Amino acid sequence: MNILHNKLNHIELRAIQSEKKHYEDVKAVSIEALKIVQRSRGWISDELMREIAEVLCISVSQLEEIATFYSQIYRKPVGRHVIKFCDSVVCYMLGCEHIQSTLETILNIKIGQTTVNNRFTILPISCLGNCDKAPVIMINDATYSNVNTIDIPILLEKYK
Amino acid sequence: MITILRKPETHPLTWRLDDVHKSPIWISEYCKKNGYSALKSILKDMNPKDVINLIIDSELKGRGGAGFSTGLKWSLMPKKINNQPRYLLCNADEMEPGTYKDRLLLEKIPHQLLEGIIIAGFAIEASIAYIFLRGEYINAAQNIKRALTEAKNMGYLGKNILGTNFNFNIILHTGAGRYICGEETALINSLEGNRANPRIKPPFPATVGLWGKPTCVNNVETLSNVPAIVLYGAHWYKSISCCSNDRGTKLMGFSGRVNNPGIWEVPFGISARELLEDYAQGMQAGFQLKAWQPGGAGTDFLTVRDLDVKMDFQNITKAGSRFGTGMAMVVDHTINMVSLVLNLERFFSRESCGLCTPCREGLPWIVKLLTSFKNGSATMSDFNILEDLCFQLGPGKTLCAHAPGAIGPLNSAMKLFRSEFKSCINTNDKINNMNLKKNTFELNL
Repeated sequence: MNILHNKLNHIELRAIQSEKKHYEDVKAVSIEALKIVQRSRGWISDELMREIAEVLCISVSQLEEIATFYSQIYRKPVGRHVIKFCDSVVCYMLGCEHIQSTLETILNIKIGQTTVNNRFTILPISCLGNCDKAPVIMINDATYSNVNTIDIPILLEKYK
Repeated sequence: MITILRKPETHPLTWRLDDVHKSPIWISEYCKKNGYSALKSILKDMNPKDVINLIIDSELKGRGGAGFSTGLKWSLMPKKINNQPRYLLCNADEMEPGTYKDRLLLEKIPHQLLEGIIIAGFAIEASIAYIFLRGEYINAAQNIKRALTEAKNMGYLGKNILGTNFNFNIILHTGAGRYICGEETALINSLEGNRANPRIKPPFPATVGLWGKPTCVNNVETLSNVPAIVLYGAHWYKSISCCSNDRGTKLMGFSGRVNNPGIWEVPFGISARELLEDYAQGMQAGFQLKAWQPGGAGTDFLTVRDLDVKMDFQNITKAGSRFGTGMAMVVDHTINMVSLVLNLERFFSRESCGLCTPCREGLPWIVKLLTSFKNGSATMSDFNILEDLCFQLGPGKTLCAHAPGAIGPLNSAMKLFRSEFKSCINTNDKINNMNLKKNTFELNL
């Protein structure tokens, strides 16, 4: 993993190239390519946008229209761990606002912000499809159900 | 916990599941429990036309929310010309608030979905299917990937499937987070690597779809129903619903302040009361039912009065709402309807793709107005603007069903719980109220 470098490395390039064979048109790889690069870099910088666009033979503005449309592509740096906070209707009725205020108090940030130590970013997310176990939050790739305010500090401790 | 005796004849979607271990059904267990027998039988005895006719006869309706006849949708695919590619898309972009039915099928019984996709692919003479899975369903993605490898190793996918001349592949494509991707033409745009804006119809995807080629889009649950219909026949499928025009079983659920929130496979036509009281085991102690949404965030509210309604497309429509995804949720008496609707409209406003003006401009306006209601600063004119916006964002005025879906719950809440909205109005604002009287005009349509 080459976090500081703004050139795509051969692992990323190979992963992008191997996606191409699945589609009739290479543009279809755009979203996956952004995700591949974001997985190791955390977010997509302007330089990386240019690099990816070049590999896919599309214009940077074409790639930009995708990168800014989808909520899981980050065009600004995020913390090492991204907390996706479900604020959809069932979580709302079961008290997700308390979860929100607990997260905001402990981390001393609002939704959409990153902690000073760059450890966490909180972002809102549409229903995570776990309404029978609401409230739900997702940290990186893990989904946590039936979350309550007491569990949150313990949960956050797992992510250092 | 309630115990449900699940049998293949009565619970075709979920009978293979084990309540104790709750682990996914992998290929050895799936095959032991009749899996891939439907695929074997169609490859041996049927041609694509026969399969389409069988699905038409079964009267299977799409489970994504619209309820269009699946067999008819398949039959609308144009005649195959030479080797022009045709595509099957499995819509697994489940993001409707309150809905979690496809997650169960994707995570626990992936092979049932794959078998349904392969049969559908055979019927519409496609050679590639894409599963468009929402990016946040990480476990589902892992399980589908493993199931795809297993199916390939067994010869159910790839070239010359089971020794026939049928070649078919399934590719897993994951999204990057946008609710609108669930709309079938937006899904096609997103898969092509564009913004997920809906397309103007016609042309319909059946003729001009993915990369301009004939394309069929089906929901996860719809496709998961296909193997059982092939195995047990159209007549059996029609017989398992109870006193309903809709056929077969449906994954339905109740969430909110109920004792046993969950998801169950039940026959169409079951009453909402039975679902709520017997399956979800009623409201939690100290909470009373105030309203409920029958099938996701975009469906109109119903009340206690409507609990005896049958859960199916026609009867829920008659009751004044939409069946939608069939995943219901209860609103208890402690919830303020204005705040609840504000939550729903914030979601719809955030997720508007922004392509057409009424949706892009109207939904944030609704959010602003509802916020002023919640703050107690709304005036009577705000109430009228809200009503007007419900009209301006209604069916037929926007490119897709996003805005009409958004105003459904708002409109119904304003009708059913008018007093809660009115009680938020700042009656001291006399000047505003006087101006309102002068400026109000009625639309006579």
